[in-house]
Amino acid sequence: MKKFISTFIIILTIFFSQNSSISAETPKLLKTDWTFKGLFGKYDRASLQRGYQVYTEVCAACHSMQYLSYRNLSEPGGPEFTEDEAKFIAASFEILDGPNSEGEMFTRPAKLSDKFLMPYDNVEAAKAANGGAYPPDMSVLVKARKGGADYIYSLLLGYEDPPSDIKLDDGVYYNKYMYGNKIKMPVPLSDGLVEYGDGTLATEEQMAKDITTFLMWSAEPHLETRHKTGFRVIIYLIILSILVYLTMKKIWSRVETKI
Amino acid sequence: MSDKKPKNRRDFIFTATAAAGAVGVGAAVWPLVDQMNPDASVKALASTEVDVSSVKPGQSITVVWRGKPVFIKRRTQEEIDKARSVSLDELKHPEKDEDRVKNPEWLVMLGICTHLGCVPLSDKGEYDGWFCPCHGSHYDTSGRIRKGPAPINMEIPEYVFLNENTIKIG
Amino acid sequence: MSDSNYTPNSKLGKWFNDRLPLLTLANHLTDYPTPKNLNYWWTFGGILTFCLITQIVTGLVLAMHYIADTKLAFASVEHIMRDVNYGWLIRYVHANGASMFFLAVYIHIFRSLFYGSYKSPREIIWIIGIIIYLLMMAAAFMGYVLPWGQMSYWGATVITNLFSAIPFIGEGITTWLWGGYSVDNPTLTRFYALHYLIPFLILGLVVLHIWALHVPGNNNPVGIEIKKPSNDTVPFHPYIVIKDAFALLLFLIVFAFFVFYTPNILGHADNYIEANPLVTPAHIVPEWYLLPFYAILRSVPDKLMGVIAMFSAILILAALPWLDTSKVRSAVFRPLYKQFYWILVIDVLVLGYVGAMPAEGLYLLVARVATAYYFLHFLIVLPVLGWTEKTNPVPLNITEPVLAGSALATRSVREDKTEINLKSLG
Repeated sequence: MKKFISTFIIILTIFFSQNSSISAETPKLLKTDWTFKGLFGKYDRASLQRGYQVYTEVCAACHSMQYLSYRNLSEPGGPEFTEDEAKFIAASFEILDGPNSEGEMFTRPAKLSDKFLMPYDNVEAAKAANGGAYPPDMSVLVKARKGGADYIYSLLLGYEDPPSDIKLDDGVYYNKYMYGNKIKMPVPLSDGLVEYGDGTLATEEQMAKDITTFLMWSAEPHLETRHKTGFRVIIYLIILSILVYLTMKKIWSRVETKI
Repeated sequence: MSDKKPKNRRDFIFTATAAAGAVGVGAAVWPLVDQMNPDASVKALASTEVDVSSVKPGQSITVVWRGKPVFIKRRTQEEIDKARSVSLDELKHPEKDEDRVKNPEWLVMLGICTHLGCVPLSDKGEYDGWFCPCHGSHYDTSGRIRKGPAPINMEIPEYVFLNENTIKIG
Repeated sequence: MSDSNYTPNSKLGKWFNDRLPLLTLANHLTDYPTPKNLNYWWTFGGILTFCLITQIVTGLVLAMHYIADTKLAFASVEHIMRDVNYGWLIRYVHANGASMFFLAVYIHIFRSLFYGSYKSPREIIWIIGIIIYLLMMAAAFMGYVLPWGQMSYWGATVITNLFSAIPFIGEGITTWLWGGYSVDNPTLTRFYALHYLIPFLILGLVVLHIWALHVPGNNNPVGIEIKKPSNDTVPFHPYIVIKDAFALLLFLIVFAFFVFYTPNILGHADNYIEANPLVTPAHIVPEWYLLPFYAILRSVPDKLMGVIAMFSAILILAALPWLDTSKVRSAVFRPLYKQFYWILVIDVLVLGYVGAMPAEGLYLLVARVATAYYFLHFLIVLPVLGWTEKTNPVPLNITEPVLAGSALATRSVREDKTEINLKSLG
């Protein structure tokens, strides 16, 4: 039994080290104290709400979030705006709807059930407006990048003057965390770019942290439930294992073989 | 005595294990069942707002709410009188017309025959209301069942008048 | 079989059983005599059955919400993750369940390699197992295509292009697989249909696998044929059932940890980017469980030969019962084989590692050496070992390992054996 468990653990360790070694190639990412990491990790609501503000005031000019709806803003486990606040936010966007009974498309204020308004009508329009680079949809962006939240956070703060041996074209910037170091997004954040309603000082780092938290939530909206359920499930499994172990010992005591 | 004790303890462990296992299986099955319930995006569409400003007396429109047709009928005075003059004794499912409308001019109801779920045709049937072509149920101008196999009157959904011209269903 | 003359107690039971002998089957499964010295490596059969059922059940549920259309597939997966009640849980169980399934199947296969469970009279069980393994890979590959992310798309492109290596008809086969001139909607819908079908084929084969197992009965760590039923066996229920249940629970703790705390670690970040036929991700790798074969594929410089090498690496396993010429089953009594066994394990792990690395420089060299050794092990080492290896004395039965010789010898061997049982995989 002991031998079995130790061998099993060795196998798992090898298995893990193989996986983690695959993802270790980019420069060391910046770390910050995320509240959503760990067994009991939860989102910082205030940070999520500020992050939403950064998204609408800064990112939303170019980046869509096509899988999010305004109702998500008031759902538990997210920024948890009140339903009225979420309705108010939604109503500040004009959404294309229709056709009406005359066959015409029309605009109306968005409702909770509507998806986030997209900055461009389609990918081609987005490319055309951004020098040929498509600003990626941000709904699952954190999960779509190696390094996840740390990577996004680092990228936002990773703009530098290029080393002397690198020549950059117009509209291309140097970022030490970007794959290939060349990025078409201009420096997105600067101190005091937005004014936070809750009085938090809008430094570059603070905004990077808030928007990354918001993007982490948009990629994993059920993270809090997942952590909570996971803890219960594992505790339950451990208890049941102990009970089954005792039962097994009892049953096998009828034969003299070791198990 | 001495051989009784271990037996009890054994029974306790067996029972506790079986019970704990059963609880776990139950808990694991629930997500598999619940996933078939309406999801969050469906629930978000649970209410719909309708502009009725263009509906003239005597006309009716059909709107979709929760995937089902809702009849919104602007009744003429004649139709209202007809619905209100019926004595409750004549009805299979006695309901006053007053209880079925918020504003007598506007009848808002689920356009689904209570027999087996077909959509009745308007301005048809022996009572000038609706007629279900599937199995011949006749409804009056208040959407009440008068003749045929349907057991009850057509259902009234939850709705409110947000203003004179807008009805919010759900 | 010993239970063929079973008669149910009740009249109704007898009436039913005469017409459809389900009760005889149930009785056979409950009483099935199992060697009592099976260690925990033998619990993976039960764990694998659990994995298969879990995949089928969660897959069925996902199919209720998934849409197999290149324009909607990615969005429908996001819909499952965000809006469907417990959708995130069910999808993460299904996705990580595939990895857990392969983890368990690899342990199951390597257990069989260590204790010689593939040897006569169990060749058919082994070959059915290899077919199941092949089908699992097909199912996993097609399942990975369904979310229609970047890795889905490019994985499908690369793997289907393997068939284009076949001379003359290759291009035709690839086009036929695609149903077009590239991986596109027709490919997605047929992969979905097949992904749904294969698990049921596997289920059928699992029934045959177990049926074939129940003819000679289980092998055991000592690797000798035992009399069934006898002092050396216990009935399957409750002894093996409860032990399998205990092992399954430990396995589930690992499983749950992945699902609830690191659900995406075994996948690729690129698969959360919707498929784009115009941009290939910088670094394409298959899922971890296919990496050793991927390494073999890439280590051969010729396209056709690479594909042949990769498929041979799997198919060679089917010939294993005849490549291993040793009469002794268990590695416990084969000191030399035991060492080569562990070299093979390391070799496969190395192949997996280099399979994940770029195919260049040192990695490529290591991949080539490891590939060569892989085939060497099966084609040269195993047959030669069987003829030349001096094996240790094998006991006559499990409980009383009596050997030719004095009582003293018997005693010392028994102590050895306990030692061996504990160490059996050390």
